[in-house]
Amino acid sequence: MSAVAYEGRIGPRANLRHIGALARRNLLQIKQDPESMFDVLLMPVVFTLLFVYVFGGAVSGNQHAYVNYVIPGMMAMIGMNIAMGVGTGINTDFKTGVMDRFRTMPIARSSVLIAKIVVEIGRMLVATAILLVMGFALGLSIDTSALNLLAAVGLALVFGASLMWIFILLGLVMKSTQAIQGVAMLVLMPLQFGSSIFAKPTTMPGWLQAFTKVNPLSALADANRGLFNGGPVAHSALITVAWAVGITVVTAPLAVAKFRGRT
Amino acid sequence: MKPLKTTSGGGNAVEVRGLAKQFGETRALDGVDLQVSQGTVLGVLGPNGAGKTTLVRILSTLIRPDAGTARVAGYDVLAQPRQLRRVIGLTGQYASVDEKLSGRENLYMIGRLLDLSRKQARARADEMLERFSLTEAARRPAMQYSGGMRRRLDLAASMIGRPAVLYLDEPTTGLDPRTRNEVWEEVQRMVADGATVLLTTQYMEEAEQLADELTVIDRGRVIAEGRIDALKAKVGGRTLRITPGDRAELPLMVAALAQAGLDGIAGATADEAEGAVYVPIVSDEQLTAVVGLLGSHGFSIAGIGTHLPSLDEVFLALTGQKTAEANELEVAA
Repeated sequence: MSAVAYEGRIGPRANLRHIGALARRNLLQIKQDPESMFDVLLMPVVFTLLFVYVFGGAVSGNQHAYVNYVIPGMMAMIGMNIAMGVGTGINTDFKTGVMDRFRTMPIARSSVLIAKIVVEIGRMLVATAILLVMGFALGLSIDTSALNLLAAVGLALVFGASLMWIFILLGLVMKSTQAIQGVAMLVLMPLQFGSSIFAKPTTMPGWLQAFTKVNPLSALADANRGLFNGGPVAHSALITVAWAVGITVVTAPLAVAKFRGRT
Repeated sequence: MKPLKTTSGGGNAVEVRGLAKQFGETRALDGVDLQVSQGTVLGVLGPNGAGKTTLVRILSTLIRPDAGTARVAGYDVLAQPRQLRRVIGLTGQYASVDEKLSGRENLYMIGRLLDLSRKQARARADEMLERFSLTEAARRPAMQYSGGMRRRLDLAASMIGRPAVLYLDEPTTGLDPRTRNEVWEEVQRMVADGATVLLTTQYMEEAEQLADELTVIDRGRVIAEGRIDALKAKVGGRTLRITPGDRAELPLMVAALAQAGLDGIAGATADEAEGAVYVPIVSDEQLTAVVGLLGSHGFSIAGIGTHLPSLDEVFLALTGQKTAEANELEVAA
């Protein structure tokens, strides 16, 4: 056991192996319970159809023009919704005894959470791919380059991963999955709709515009739009990354500490 | 494979001194001392809420004590939790396996988390499945297992890393008698292989089956400890109840047993009202001899059976008090 130092410290290679074994567990859970993939498979399809056909005409004059506005923004929304699922997943996990076993094993306790995040990022990637396929089917066109598309996906994933820490923390703090869903909806709805994801903030009243300006989802949506359609990217991308880093730095240690101390 | 199992040669695998833990107003542990010698089984007997699970959770680094010290295989629970986790195995009251994963996948995962190579982890998983008679169910998700199979899988998971010290927290609570016997057999095999075990239980019978020594705790305090046979002598071990076909034979039976010196330490007694003879039993040999003697004397026997003192009777004998639970039941009634 070369990777394990004498005093019981866990070396980086062992840590990676543990994360791998735990991520494998999360994947096997999906295999056993395929319905848990419904959100990933159906949400992008339903939301795309709904928004493009219901609001497209009203917001942009025609559906076709709206596709290029809303799809880059919806990448931000998808990430947020999947991140919410992580919280309820962690909460359910804790109700089974298997967490106690992990916590009595010689592994870094963060590896359980990191493995979960790795698999959820994979789920986010699948959802994003479906969203893009739907978008292309409805007439989405990339005016820039494939590299820009990749950058947009990357930005959405980085931001989505940071949100997961918030929901993991919620999942550890709150008693029931219903409570988490309740709180999440209360926060998600205003954040998603009070942003530039679905409509241009310039049509909104002043106080709401002020809110959309500081809403990180607007920054992400704007950055992705710039990457898809051409236009300024750097400023909003920087703000998005700053939010992602800020959220992670604050909530990840709290979540790990909470996980460690949970009795 | 393990870096080292103990830092001090021989002696105690588990040493607990003055351990205390409070949850809000409740004193779950109130200065508990105990030790488990290497290669032996210590039974921790107590009613619900006595602090048994809190003790196990502290010893497995799941919660921190408020006061006192605890060392397992030489490692301090507070100062060396990482090293300590390398040498322990825990099987709780609630199966701590992933229900969605198959038995084999569960064991493979545990092996990988214990730094076995893929090949080693596969081999060890199969070895454990075989040993715990789960090979046939290996591919099925654990949620489809029966209660006993789940508990066996849990034991197997705890044994993957060949722990120096194994904690069994009420391993048979909620199991039917047949399944309970299966679990007991497994534990006995582990002990035969040299494991050190700390077993918590609510059942005197379980402690008697599995443990070498016993610590009795109530409301977070140790109220008695010692070798099982010594404690049994104190509280009375098994009692044999014989119902003769003819009540007139009651005194004759008692006399015959006394004459043969088979009436135990406290002596056989005849209960006229019940129409039965009670004989305290100290060994299986005595039990066999008593039955043989009565047969050879030509007594007709209508009924025969042994019973162990219940937890309440043990508490009554040890402390002159009933368990808090029994008191509450009486107050409620």
